[in-house]
Amino acid sequence: MSDLSVLTGEHFMNGDIACAEGGLACGCRFFAGYPITPATEVAERMARRLPEVGGVYIQMEDEIASMNAILGASWAGTFSMTSTSGPGFSLMMENIGLGIMTETPCVVVNVQRGGPSTGLPTLTGQGDMMQARWGSHGDYEIIALAPQSPQECFDLTIEAFLLSEQYRVPVLVMSDEMVGHMMERVVIPPADKIPLPVRRKPRVDKDSFVAFAPCEDLVPEMPSAGDGYRIHVTGLTHDERGYPATNARAHDRLVRRLVDKIRNNAHKIFRLEESGMEDAEVAIIAYGITARVARRAMQMARERGIRAGLLRLITVWPFPEERVRRLATQVRALVVAELNMGQMVREVERFSGSTPVFSALRPGGEIQEPGEVLAVIERAAKAAAKS
Amino acid sequence: MRATAIEQYVRTDRLPHIWCSGCGIGIAMRAMIEALSQCDVRLDDVVIVSGIGCSGRVAGYAKMDSFHTTHGRAIPFATGLKLGNPKLKVIVFSGDGDLFAIGGNHFIHAARRNMDMTVICVNNFIYGMTGGQAGSTTPPHARTTTTPYGNFEPPFNLPHLAMACGAVYVARWTTYHVVQLIQAMKEAIAKRGFSFVEAISPCPTVFGSRNEIPTGLAAMKFFKQNSERIRDGFDVAEAGIELGGKIKVGRFCDRDRPTFQDRLVRMEHEVVSAERTMEG
Ligand SMILES: Cc1ncc(C[n+]2csc(CCOP(=O)(O)OP(=O)(O)O)c2C)c(N)n1
Ligand code: SF4
Repeated sequence: MSDLSVLTGEHFMNGDIACAEGGLACGCRFFAGYPITPATEVAERMARRLPEVGGVYIQMEDEIASMNAILGASWAGTFSMTSTSGPGFSLMMENIGLGIMTETPCVVVNVQRGGPSTGLPTLTGQGDMMQARWGSHGDYEIIALAPQSPQECFDLTIEAFLLSEQYRVPVLVMSDEMVGHMMERVVIPPADKIPLPVRRKPRVDKDSFVAFAPCEDLVPEMPSAGDGYRIHVTGLTHDERGYPATNARAHDRLVRRLVDKIRNNAHKIFRLEESGMEDAEVAIIAYGITARVARRAMQMARERGIRAGLLRLITVWPFPEERVRRLATQVRALVVAELNMGQMVREVERFSGSTPVFSALRPGGEIQEPGEVLAVIERAAKAAAKS
Repeated sequence: MRATAIEQYVRTDRLPHIWCSGCGIGIAMRAMIEALSQCDVRLDDVVIVSGIGCSGRVAGYAKMDSFHTTHGRAIPFATGLKLGNPKLKVIVFSGDGDLFAIGGNHFIHAARRNMDMTVICVNNFIYGMTGGQAGSTTPPHARTTTTPYGNFEPPFNLPHLAMACGAVYVARWTTYHVVQLIQAMKEAIAKRGFSFVEAISPCPTVFGSRNEIPTGLAAMKFFKQNSERIRDGFDVAEAGIELGGKIKVGRFCDRDRPTFQDRLVRMEHEVVSAERTMEG
């Protein structure tokens, strides 16, 4: 790998640029994108940097094209990514589905802004969390990660590439305008300390290879176009040979496997961070930028004698159902803070049993004041004390 | 025509195919196979990319690396394939609705960039797969399920569009002109840059039946009688198609322009050499 691809050292950079550098550092050599605030800096960085390392940047005619181009480039054998924000994320949905159905590894960075529609181009939001999960039609499981800082933009973009190759699925990095535009210290390790994604190439010869026959972890191996396997890849429901199969049995088999390859391996995919949970009576659940506000609110609550803890979701999808279920039995109330009108909180409610769930919500535009989240924690603590 | 061992090129384990009897898609696919067999390309390097539609099913029958993508999106997918591995020979094979209605934006931009690929369009003037609705190539007055009183929208003239956008090779033939179609596809595949072949094709089932060309045979006769070979100096703007009118066929252009890849490599060399100079 070219030396220029890993900018080892300490930097002061924003989250968007850190996403680009994370991709470059772990071997991303193809980027197709379309400008959109607040994600444009990812594309601009790639346009400058990819030619330096022998990669390709192409500005497509829209986000539909960008998404398709990274799928094509992935099948050509490169590690590929794109970045966008709300309106572009909506345009990508159909073809994120194509990536899921054809099991095409790639990374999509969504630097979220306030929506719906054109909404708040320059201001933050976390309103695309359910779209990330369900935005493309049909049944599927997806992997999505939520960085809380520029450093995590770098780290989680690398993680996204590793996961996308491991599970052969598009992986979403759900950043937001605030993380994307904030400048912070980012430490880029030496090249030999950066984990590299590995394409799961076929280990059998061309004649015995069956294109979509899964390995033990339910993920099939993936040849590249031009390798001589002469495979067929379709967005139609297909059998293990990759041939279209328009019947309920084939569909059941395929969709179950696509779902199970993520669900069954979820315990290996989850990344969570917990603090103050040992003695917590109120647990706050938050992700991305809002987790930073929630951490401050937790400290303020503790200063006021409320034993609060924080569960930060680094992996948001798949959702850590078991951890939340256990947590609900450990504490007396749950508080979810997020920059939307109640999205991940619904997921928490599904696993909270009889433990009450409170939410600190804003539709984006700006992050919460720690005091706002604190007020909800106090309300939760009071209610818990009564029950 | 030299007979080609079809098993080399077709997934015979997928036969019978889904196309209706009298449909022209099979002829166009066969022409592509024949062209490939006469071209100096390794089949392992050939990639067929299709969108959605009856014509889009070609990817599923071609025994090469083949991608059946989403409606209209074959070209950007193919763009990624080509840029990810420039040694691939990328052929997009799809329908007129797929390439020029929902996918029109991608076509014009790939032509503008002179992306090194061949686009083969089966133009049957209609959306076949969904049962015969009008599209951006349906001739004026044609009856379709969504133009029950006759089509009143003007259609695209595809060779004109392709040339205006920068395609370096543009040809049109009908499925009656098998020999010429093969020759055109051969030239298109061999051409560096964005090449385009329009194959006018019968869809007796949902177009012909409503427009007085009810069978594949009737369509062949129609193509034979109504095709007009273009002469030197022909103005491509005159290549539009009227219902029951003349169909202009032939090679509209064969010219050269740097491809996207050419320009990219040149730019990368300049970047690298500029940095070397700075370091030195
Ligand atoms: C996004 C989307 N919209 C609509 C469709 C439905 N659809 C399937 S094929 C088709 C038209 C195909 O027409 P054409 O490309 O001319 O191919 P033909 O079937 O005539 O060969 C349409 C509209 C779809 N699959 N996806
Ligand atoms: S509907 Fe028309 S285009 Fe489709 S297979 Fe039948 S004849 Fe061909």
